[in-house]
Amino acid sequence: MNGDRQVPGLWSRTTLVARGGDGRFDKGSIWFLAVLTVVAVAVPVLNQAVPASSALHISAFGITLIGKYLCYGMLALAVDLIWGYCGILSLGHAAFFSLGGYAMGMYLMRQIGPRGVYGDPILPDFMVFLNYKSLPWFWHGFNHFLFALAMMILVPALLALVFGWFAFRSRVTGVYFSIITQALTYALMLAFFRNNMGFGGNNGFTDFKDILGFDLHSDRTHVVLLVVTAAALAGSYMACRAIVESRAGRVVLAIRDAESRTRFLGYPVESFKLWLFVFSGIIAGIAGALYVPQIGIINPSEFAPINSIEAVIWVAVGGRGTLYGAIAGAVLVNYAKTYLTGAFPEIWLYALGALFVLVTVFLPRGIIGLVMARAKNK
Amino acid sequence: MSVRNKRLYLEDLTVSFDGFKALNQLSLYVDPGEMLCIIGPNGAGKTTMMDVITGKTRPDSGMAWFGDGVNLLHLSEPEIVAAGIGRKFQKPTVFEQLTVFENLELALAGTRSFLKTFRARITAAQHQRIAEVLDIIGLAEHSEALGRILAHGQKQWLEIGMLLMQDPELLLVDEPVAGMTPHEIERTSELLLSLAGEHSVVVVEHDMAFVRSIAKRVTVLHEGSVIAEGDMDKVQNDPRVREVYLGV
Repeated sequence: MNGDRQVPGLWSRTTLVARGGDGRFDKGSIWFLAVLTVVAVAVPVLNQAVPASSALHISAFGITLIGKYLCYGMLALAVDLIWGYCGILSLGHAAFFSLGGYAMGMYLMRQIGPRGVYGDPILPDFMVFLNYKSLPWFWHGFNHFLFALAMMILVPALLALVFGWFAFRSRVTGVYFSIITQALTYALMLAFFRNNMGFGGNNGFTDFKDILGFDLHSDRTHVVLLVVTAAALAGSYMACRAIVESRAGRVVLAIRDAESRTRFLGYPVESFKLWLFVFSGIIAGIAGALYVPQIGIINPSEFAPINSIEAVIWVAVGGRGTLYGAIAGAVLVNYAKTYLTGAFPEIWLYALGALFVLVTVFLPRGIIGLVMARAKNK
Repeated sequence: MSVRNKRLYLEDLTVSFDGFKALNQLSLYVDPGEMLCIIGPNGAGKTTMMDVITGKTRPDSGMAWFGDGVNLLHLSEPEIVAAGIGRKFQKPTVFEQLTVFENLELALAGTRSFLKTFRARITAAQHQRIAEVLDIIGLAEHSEALGRILAHGQKQWLEIGMLLMQDPELLLVDEPVAGMTPHEIERTSELLLSLAGEHSVVVVEHDMAFVRSIAKRVTVLHEGSVIAEGDMDKVQNDPRVREVYLGV
């Protein structure tokens, strides 16, 4: 594990890095932010102002779907930041996403108040059902949005910090790191499935009523959530871009390509990895927190190992080391998933596997790499 | 021999791996501004010695002092770099996805933490320093080229340039001319000779003609110990050296 390590196997071929001039956005970023702005403006208009009879009308279902894609885009962004730029292949990012989601879910559960099926003013339905006499200690405070918001950020950050500290300090890299991240998310899934964990067991949280007083069954609330998600995606994109364009970003690339050389230059490699991993975990957590009110449910299956692997496939398909490529990949693959699981539900997993193989073999730089090569040849 | 006026002072270093003694009571010193060449057959302990000096390997016993008062055995790898020891590896490792200029920028002394490098902007003085080093290593024309497109010799020079950015007092250079063309070798000896004086330079090399062209003092290692020391003619005529190294 010492020496100038190349990331092994399938993912060693990426060399593509999008870099613009000093402080200015590169073309890809401008395109990405422009498209995102159009989505954030046009989709609400097409839902709210265009009559349902029109072909251009976007239904409530469509709004939720697009909101979900944007959340997945944020998760992909988080994965690309550490995988594409630092060569750390996390196969456990769904854990951060889910923890952010659970923190939001706890807030939403407390907001239900006495409107639950059992009508208990404090205890959520599942606690009444499981004979809880009082609220577990870790549920206190979640009735305040600001506290819950802090937890949506701090809990994934803390997990990333502790896990990353142990892993990077022990110089766990490459596939070994990937495997223990899979184990991490799997262990969390098993833990959250347990009823006595106090997180609703296999049913998780659902039947949400409102967020900050706004009705979650109204289209308008969902439109606002979509716009907030788009803003969060744009904000985290720009933060990631700022990191990769800075000298710190060049150190991160140096770590990816020649780790021990970077260490010999005197850079604290482990601390760079840790900061990047924690930041990435926070983005994934916020994505999960935005996902839950739009989808209306969070349960332990969100921790399933396959979810983290899918996120990596989105990034590979879109193109690593560009940030916008990862987001494009997340949207495209999930659009294909929505279509295929509707039209031919049995073939989705085969299609996903085939897609990953094809992209790895024929498009090591993903779709964005293909587009860039085309643009260059013109 | 006093530690006081030596740049580097190693005494009785022993390192064993599973019973095999990679270093066996190795002692040597380097004067300030001196150019010392170290030769020896494969497995003589040259790389292990470099590893001990840079903190990558800890010896079982012995002492390693840098100047007077810096005990290398008590410092971590980054601390040793900060103390003023730069190492050039055998295989040229430059950052392939960064430009020549950016490679040198990352090698600038100073800023090392994540948050500080995130905020760091290049100052005029640093820009000036990078330009100077680009001139010294002869890569001024290629400053915007990506590391991966450089020729082998250019990568070696870039790596030496990266060491110079940190203005180290001691440069450890591992096989600088392996795989170079005769013209590149000539340029490399000029470069290294120009560095000695201002820096202490320790070169580990197999190429005898090259060693002869740069070294005033040569140390021969064999099985983890020093077996001969002196100018090139003296060590080449040493019967023990002829036996183990030159195979005569």
